[in-house]
Amino acid sequence: MTALTVRFFASLRETVGFGEFDIEVDPPTLAGLRSALATKLTAEQFRAIDVADVRIAVNQAIVQGETPLRPGDEVAFLPRVTGG
Amino acid sequence: MHTDIRIQTQDFDIAAEWAACRERCGGDCGAIVAFGGLVRDRFGDNTVQALHLEHYPGMTEDSIRRIVEQAGERWRLLNVVVVHRVGDLAANEQIVLVLAASGHRPDAFAACEFIMDYLKTDAVFWKKERRQDGDVWIESTASDRNRRESWGEVTEPTNT
Repeated sequence: MTALTVRFFASLRETVGFGEFDIEVDPPTLAGLRSALATKLTAEQFRAIDVADVRIAVNQAIVQGETPLRPGDEVAFLPRVTGG
Repeated sequence: MHTDIRIQTQDFDIAAEWAACRERCGGDCGAIVAFGGLVRDRFGDNTVQALHLEHYPGMTEDSIRRIVEQAGERWRLLNVVVVHRVGDLAANEQIVLVLAASGHRPDAFAACEFIMDYLKTDAVFWKKERRQDGDVWIESTASDRNRRESWGEVTEPTNT
């Protein structure tokens, strides 16, 4: 198992009910994280984060597609930004 | 080019920022263009009582730094200051300050406008409007996106 920190921002934070929590995933990939989140969150909460509009950042860099994750990585789910 | 990018909840003092920018630039500086953004009390047909801005500390500053660096590649700039507020902001409060300093005014004018147009679409902020009928998370407007597009494609958008 690999321990990660997951963060949710703005509307997603409100839907999920948490800004941040630690979670253990196996395998250490985004797919592994998704399946861990699918069991931790309600179906409605999971649907909110599992859409194309939501971008994922690993350690503050946007990633596209699958990516390996390391212990202590911070994975953030970002709704579409409004801009400044 | 010296850059100063800050995200803060507290208000800013344009005169103090201007003086510090002028001090840093020294004798080479012939122009400082300042843009101050305020919170409007209307968005479309809705009356807005306040805005709430959320950011991702670190990533937000990086997104602004990339915009400023692109401006620095297009124009000759001595100093760029961006101060952006987050948290709860009432109508008419100051929300953003951009200072662009250059040897001559055309570069300073253009860079200031470019930075603001990109900030309005690409900077990592989320805005929630507090309206009479409840709170609503909003997206960037089509006119903001069109203004950004008018500069041509120079960067990978952070979030499209």
